[in-house]
Amino acid sequence: MENFTPVSALVGGAMIGLAATMLLWLQGRIAGVSGILGGLLPPAAGDAAWRAAFAVGLILGAALYRGAGGPLESLSFSGTGLSIAAAGLLVGFGAGFGSGCTSGHGVCGVARLSKRSIVSVLVFTLAAAVTVFVMRHLLGAG
Amino acid sequence: MMARVLSALGAGLLFGLGLAVSRMVDPAKVLGFLDITGAWDPSLALVMAGAAGTAMIGYRLALGRGRPLLAEAFQLPTRTEIDARLLAGAVIFGIGWGMAGVCPGPAVTGIAFLQIETLYFVPAMALGLFIARRVA
Repeated sequence: MENFTPVSALVGGAMIGLAATMLLWLQGRIAGVSGILGGLLPPAAGDAAWRAAFAVGLILGAALYRGAGGPLESLSFSGTGLSIAAAGLLVGFGAGFGSGCTSGHGVCGVARLSKRSIVSVLVFTLAAAVTVFVMRHLLGAG
Repeated sequence: MMARVLSALGAGLLFGLGLAVSRMVDPAKVLGFLDITGAWDPSLALVMAGAAGTAMIGYRLALGRGRPLLAEAFQLPTRTEIDARLLAGAVIFGIGWGMAGVCPGPAVTGIAFLQIETLYFVPAMALGLFIARRVA
């Protein structure tokens, strides 16, 4: 567990929870990133601006972190361009088809004690862990 | 309208900052959590606990006010059934998440790091979301 970073995990997590609270308190919306982005594909009149603004905010948040000299300097990806694109396709399709991802089901749904979300989180975390096991330990990739 | 856009921008900014501070924007960090039989890094579990715990309290306070500050009504999911779509979507999402260690929030947030891999992931993810909405 030499990579465990409990303090930054809890602090960052609380910030995410506060952001989700802000969106519900101010706009009455669930902070599910795949749902917010999905509503832009295609965009609907009168419902697109806040979604785009949220997405821009995500990027600005990380840009602010970088500008302030945050310790994480670069992202470490594994796999080829093709496998990363394939992963993106599955992530987008699965989140769209299953009505949510790590934020919508994982943070907001769990906070609402939604049975659907809790089941979704358990299933996708298990599927992801099995995928990592197969790729890293059986196929020896990444 | 302007207040709605600015508040969404603010919520997104805080969300993205949280993903960076917690390092969940880094795929290696996420894969470290998912790799249970490797050098396991439980950080992601604490991020989720911190986020869901904070939102649980925040949601209670927000919902207790009856209506949101800048909109007519709360828009909460109403479905309760555990159906095949929910499960199939979760399995497909989980496989993709395990392949790259990237999910939608960190994918968009990661654009700020200006790395080529984001250019492979984000458009493919948008295509996947688009297709899912078509078949749904």
